[in-house]
Amino acid sequence: MLGIVSYGAYIPIYRLSREAIGAMWNKAVAKGEKAVANADEDTVTMGVEAVLDCLSDTDRSQVDGLYFATDSPPYVEKQAASLIRAAADLRGDILTFDISHSLRGAGSAMKTAMDAVKAGSAKKVMVAAAERRIPAPNSDFELQFGDGAAAFLVGDTEVVASLEGSYHLSSEFVDIWRKPQDHYMQSWEDRFIRDEGYTKMMPQAVAGLLKKLGLTPKDITKAAYYGPDARTHASIGSTMGLDPKTQVQPPLLDAIGNTGTALAPMILVAALEEAKPGDRILFATYGDGADAFLFKVTEQIDKVRNRRGIKRHLASKMMLPNYGKYAEIRELMESEQGRRPARRSSLPVIWRERQHLFPLYGQKCQVCHNIQYPRQRICIYCQAKDNFELIRLSDRTGKVFTFSMDQRAMEIVLPKVFSVVDLDGGGRFYSVMTDRDTSKVAVGMPVEMTFRIQLEGSGLYNYFWRVRPIRC
Amino acid sequence: MESLKDKVAIVGMGCTAFGEFWDKDPVDLIVDAATEAFEDAGVTAKDIQAAWVGYTNQDNAMTGIILASALQLQFIPVTRVENACGTGAETFRGAALGLASKTYDLVLALGWEKMKDAGFGGIGQAYPGKWHPVYGAAPEVGGAVARYALAATKYFATYGLSPEEGKRLLAKISVKSHYNGSRNPKAMLRNRITIEQVLNAPIIAWPLGLFDCCGVCDGASAAIMCRTEDAKHFRPKGDFITIKASAIACGPGWGKERTNYQYTTWEETEAAARQAYAMAGITNPRKELSLAEVHDCFSVAEMIAVESMGICQKGHAKEDIESGAWEQGGEIPINVSGGLKAFGHPAGASGGREVYEFYKQFQGKAEDPTRQLKDVKMGLAHNQGGHPGNFVCGITIVGEPPSS
Repeated sequence: MLGIVSYGAYIPIYRLSREAIGAMWNKAVAKGEKAVANADEDTVTMGVEAVLDCLSDTDRSQVDGLYFATDSPPYVEKQAASLIRAAADLRGDILTFDISHSLRGAGSAMKTAMDAVKAGSAKKVMVAAAERRIPAPNSDFELQFGDGAAAFLVGDTEVVASLEGSYHLSSEFVDIWRKPQDHYMQSWEDRFIRDEGYTKMMPQAVAGLLKKLGLTPKDITKAAYYGPDARTHASIGSTMGLDPKTQVQPPLLDAIGNTGTALAPMILVAALEEAKPGDRILFATYGDGADAFLFKVTEQIDKVRNRRGIKRHLASKMMLPNYGKYAEIRELMESEQGRRPARRSSLPVIWRERQHLFPLYGQKCQVCHNIQYPRQRICIYCQAKDNFELIRLSDRTGKVFTFSMDQRAMEIVLPKVFSVVDLDGGGRFYSVMTDRDTSKVAVGMPVEMTFRIQLEGSGLYNYFWRVRPIRC
Repeated sequence: MESLKDKVAIVGMGCTAFGEFWDKDPVDLIVDAATEAFEDAGVTAKDIQAAWVGYTNQDNAMTGIILASALQLQFIPVTRVENACGTGAETFRGAALGLASKTYDLVLALGWEKMKDAGFGGIGQAYPGKWHPVYGAAPEVGGAVARYALAATKYFATYGLSPEEGKRLLAKISVKSHYNGSRNPKAMLRNRITIEQVLNAPIIAWPLGLFDCCGVCDGASAAIMCRTEDAKHFRPKGDFITIKASAIACGPGWGKERTNYQYTTWEETEAAARQAYAMAGITNPRKELSLAEVHDCFSVAEMIAVESMGICQKGHAKEDIESGAWEQGGEIPINVSGGLKAFGHPAGASGGREVYEFYKQFQGKAEDPTRQLKDVKMGLAHNQGGHPGNFVCGITIVGEPPSS
């Protein structure tokens, strides 16, 4: 049986209300809010979150591939999937690649993964999608765009949603686009896009799929599909012949915003969270054509209920107090140049430390059994030499031993909360606390690890693990 | 192992005022401090056989050449030493060892720092391995304030002080230092402050605010040293001081990564104090020391250093601070000069400046008579560089010469 083995998702903790955007630009706006990635988050870090949520307690060595879809990768040239693979501590001898340039990427990645498992070239493949697009200030896109990620493990054993079939459509229909030198998205008149694009392309792909499977729209229990805004999403549903009340999985557009490549996958995760064995779930992505998939939920579904997924991430939030805070963490405005020396980094150092920086391996001394990070030649407890066992610390929780809050650090979100954390199970980790409410930071507070951008230096994003209050 | 005690004497000292000297360069600072010391000892640059020069900044000088070139020393041995904020203590140690070994008879120890050409407040990246994406780049692991603030948070939590109580306690240290500094003409900050001002000042790194921090500035200090038996040749009246102990303790680092590191004690300072007290034969520092100049780059640094040196019992700083035991006229005056808080901290110059305070107090030459202590016998100069869990500590103990 071929299909989805596990799912996971990630929604940044910060939300911005459309009201705050309206107040900034003095305009009337619809109700709702959007998820906003913190200043230390990008599609790689959100991808890592979703992948780890999806993996849960799965043996990571069994994953044979990682296909990552995004239209907002941190680097235009340099793979994001390899970074996610490294941070998620997946094997190195696997196929990783990025799918970009179209919001349909997640569907393409899903199809490719299914084909790889079906062909027997891989047993389990991770499909991940993340988006963090920057809309132009005071544009309609600004009200719509949100950030988030989702991930699915595709395989042929312990399947929670088996693949009934898929249908793919490629079309040279241009609606939105962005040239390398463009800061922001460009688009054609919305009425043209809605009438000729959204409400035609996806229904056409879904109709093709149903015909191929000998089914009708009534056979669909829940449909998880892309739509740029709530209104267009609803009209796509009715064009496909779906009952909006019972058959359409709510699209999250007024809660997290349009998360682009990641939107349909996130809606699919939400659908799977509520699905019962036997349910038929439609999954459809859109962009330069459309991809449509039909899944049938199995009895295994109850075994993957412990994910944070959409529901728990959605409930765990902090509101940005105003547009200014949003502008700050999105770096929408040029800020005052610091007078202190610029940050630097070194690729040979990162390369030497790769096992310690990305999957966060520390060491356990084989003589005194103390866990220590970063790596040492001589044990910092008993001075034994070169006698360590590697031990992964990125999945540890811990408690704050002490902290300080630096108001003048070289950091976008101030104060920078430095935390000394005693890890559960041993070891101490010195780190920065992110996604925190400074009024609640305290000695003894429980925290967990999260992969973030630690700094930019020498033209590079330098990723590392930070801590955050246990999220949800 | 022999003790250095009383083998070496300081027969002349100089110290510039400390401050933001936009019109002075490193050469000016060095020449001014050295000139005062030369005149005080009645010697000239030609008499100096070897020199130790200490500074930490890499941007405006290199090697011992800066000293030779500034003073036009002619082809004598000059050693540049650097041990972060312990640099000053390291110049004294190098000079003392050179004399005790009888390799040289008259030497110069000079520390200086020119920090105000940098273009920003505070200290920049000064840590080695600065390319390490996490552990090297100093701002990523916290500026000095953020690192010391970790200790303040932990001290409060350990000894049951609420952040408000803790901040009020630390405020008293800063108020005392400003009061002391206000009467010291060489200090950078000579304003008196109140506890309320300290508490209402902007936070730099919680829980530490602006007045919990010392400033950085420019300055230089110098000492002319010889073996004790020769000291009367330079100071026939006998108003010289001798080195009772010179100690450096370099920690193995990684304190903040070690689960048995508590943040409420400076281990390196404890170790340096042990070395120094053993060398000087001190058993009760609180009783035997006439004064202690302590590294108070931050208020909390002074509090924990005094405890770590055994001048106050661990966890009992509160009683001392509240009773005024560390004030002038108290049981053991701490930073009667005004400390780093009032002087600012030109890293390489601070160690010598602390010894200078004892030297002048011992000679009865405190510029402002209200500052003059009575019955000055022995004093301690303490500096620690780095950050909690990763210090190098230098302690120099000086005192009245042995009765001949």
